[in-house]
Amino acid sequence: MKIRKHTNVLTLTIIVVVDILIIAGIQLFTPPDEPNLALEELRLEYTKEDSSYVDHSQFEILDQVFESAQEVTATCLTCHEGRHEEVMNSSHFNWDRISYVEGRGIEALGKNNAFNNFCIGATGNLQSCAKCHTGYGMVDASTFNFDDPTNADCLSCHADADQYVKGAGKAGLPDESVNLTEVAKTVGRSQIGNCGSCHFYGGGGNNVKHGDLEAALYNADRELDVHMANDGINMGCVDCHTAENHEMKGKLYSVSSNNVNRLMCEDCHTNTPHLSDMLNKHTVKVACQTCHIPVYAKENPTKMAWYWSDAGQLEDGEPYAIQDLLGSDVYLSTKGSFEWAQNVEPEYVWFNGKADHYFMGDKIDTTAGPVQVNTLFGSHGDADSKIIPVKIHRGDQIYDTEHLTLIQPKLVSTEEADSAFWKEFDWDAASAAGMAQTGLPYSGHYDFIETEMYWPVNHMVSKAEASLQCADCHTRNDGRLAELTGFYLPGRDNNATLDNIGYWLILLSVFAVMLHGGFRIVSYMFVADDLEMEKYEEFKDDEEKG
Amino acid sequence: MTKKKVKKYKRFERFWHWSQAALIFFLALTGFEVHDSIQIFGYEKAVEFHRIASYMFLVLIVFAIFWHLTTEEWRQYIPTLTNMKEQVRYYMVGIFKKEPHPTQKEKWKKLNPLQIFTYLGFKILIIPVMVGSGLLYMFHKTINVNNVVVISDFNLETIAVWHTFGAYILIAFIIVHAYMTTTGESPTSNLKAMLTGYEEVSDHEPQGEKQSSDKTKAEGEK
Repeated sequence: MKIRKHTNVLTLTIIVVVDILIIAGIQLFTPPDEPNLALEELRLEYTKEDSSYVDHSQFEILDQVFESAQEVTATCLTCHEGRHEEVMNSSHFNWDRISYVEGRGIEALGKNNAFNNFCIGATGNLQSCAKCHTGYGMVDASTFNFDDPTNADCLSCHADADQYVKGAGKAGLPDESVNLTEVAKTVGRSQIGNCGSCHFYGGGGNNVKHGDLEAALYNADRELDVHMANDGINMGCVDCHTAENHEMKGKLYSVSSNNVNRLMCEDCHTNTPHLSDMLNKHTVKVACQTCHIPVYAKENPTKMAWYWSDAGQLEDGEPYAIQDLLGSDVYLSTKGSFEWAQNVEPEYVWFNGKADHYFMGDKIDTTAGPVQVNTLFGSHGDADSKIIPVKIHRGDQIYDTEHLTLIQPKLVSTEEADSAFWKEFDWDAASAAGMAQTGLPYSGHYDFIETEMYWPVNHMVSKAEASLQCADCHTRNDGRLAELTGFYLPGRDNNATLDNIGYWLILLSVFAVMLHGGFRIVSYMFVADDLEMEKYEEFKDDEEKG
Repeated sequence: MTKKKVKKYKRFERFWHWSQAALIFFLALTGFEVHDSIQIFGYEKAVEFHRIASYMFLVLIVFAIFWHLTTEEWRQYIPTLTNMKEQVRYYMVGIFKKEPHPTQKEKWKKLNPLQIFTYLGFKILIIPVMVGSGLLYMFHKTINVNNVVVISDFNLETIAVWHTFGAYILIAFIIVHAYMTTTGESPTSNLKAMLTGYEEVSDHEPQGEKQSSDKTKAEGEK
């Protein structure tokens, strides 16, 4: 009896211990309650107004009549000695970065020489394009004096962007209407407008190129962008895009190649920003943007496709335009046809921070699908790669069918009868003139080929509630990552053979059990009485044998 | 003919059995939601619950192993071919004729030879496959520059396929197992025994707890 009692006590103890362990386990693996203190700390940090900036309107030296914008720069440098060297080393001024690309070597790549899927390239049209150059007078990159300190434009990044406007077709010089004396007094830390006046309007209109950078960010709410929201933390561009020696942190892979000086969400948020351990594990392979930017171009449409091959159609010898209901151009005789989209779900690619680009003169493979204007490197097997969201801008471009190179045609007319396409609508003549300008051969034979350009999506971060949920990717059909193959994604992937075997195994078990059970019921119902007799006899036999 | 109660399953054994049953059922539900075969809790919760339940299962397994070793109960699972033919014949033929069970249960012979093979397979094949692949699955992630992490040598697909395979086997096992409980003295007597620990058996022998072989039993009935 004593031993029995002892066993009971032991069993009870074990049960209690197991219960405690279960409760402890649940506690251990249940995340602590909100708020996320790390996030609160960040919010507080960015709520503080930085009041250390100098009020330049008090300075006598700025209270003078400037004859030219260059004079303003010279005046800035009297106090800010040597800063021009930093500016003149920056990609904003040089329009290129020295980068190393595997298989290509060291190259200077940037707006100066990059090929893009929109207006093709800046060469030949710098008079107009240089409106977004932080310098003065870059009509031709080969003759522009990159070493003259007064050619640096301080005002474009530091003056009040509402008052300081660069002129159209003035190669980066300010508009006639600008009062340089007034403007010079407004300088300070860069505001959204300083960046936005160029970066929001790339491609010739609001939100055309990026899709996630546009004028709506001036007055963002938390639905649009949690960081820049007026009703939220109200951050500006340079709160994240800090600069060291005038070289901005962060860059976009439409014009850059190397995994250096990148701006990452992790810089502030760390790579374990979630309260849930399970979510934090995702940061190893999934970039923050992937889940937290579920859609881009939330406010205004962005250009998703541009088909140059459609350009050149004329009505009664005159170019014409067609607009959609929202007022966006869908056809222009000068440029071809466009496709626009709003609230776009990004596409997803593996990316390790390195990219390659189409350089003028590169041979293209006409059988390998769309020409990749830029290539983002990365794969699942690469330890540095993460899944990132991208806008893929599709379209077609003119190319030389003999030399197998993309063609940069002459588009804008700068003088009479210069074969510019936008005036004469002759692809052959425009190609010959354009390629002559770039110094590359043109055979006289052209056609159009499909192209793709990848634009990583980094802005317009949504509220946490709006971010992607597990089942957006972990689902058998039509998940966000359906196209991204080569790895096993739980919920999306399965072994079809195994699932079939499993399915039949379960069915077979159920069937066998029902069959057996059915037979038992039937046999008991009909032969139960006779069985008694048989049973006795059988056992009798057994015994006789034994 | 009188009925008497025989103690068949100890308290821990019953606790272990039913906790295991509940956990396996719950793990199957959440697991197949992670596999996107069913939708019940929502993916995030399913993953979370599956993990919590798996840790509980691991604790239970540790206790069960301890119990098997300390109580010598593991000896119940030493495989034997004795009586195997009779047992198979019973399930295929005899059971329909209401013949008595060929294997009589005794204190140190709770299981018939078929049960021994099934449960032994469950213990040393299915559960280790599930625990092994499950742990690899749980701690699987590949290494990036910032995180030093375990298990990147195993392909996640291989791990997942083994885990899923085990899950299907387990489900088939449970279906058959649940049915087989109805083949006892009465359709519910095995179930009752696993719930209460006691089984009601026809009292054929004055010695009581020591139930013996068929022949003695048959003799008794005669």
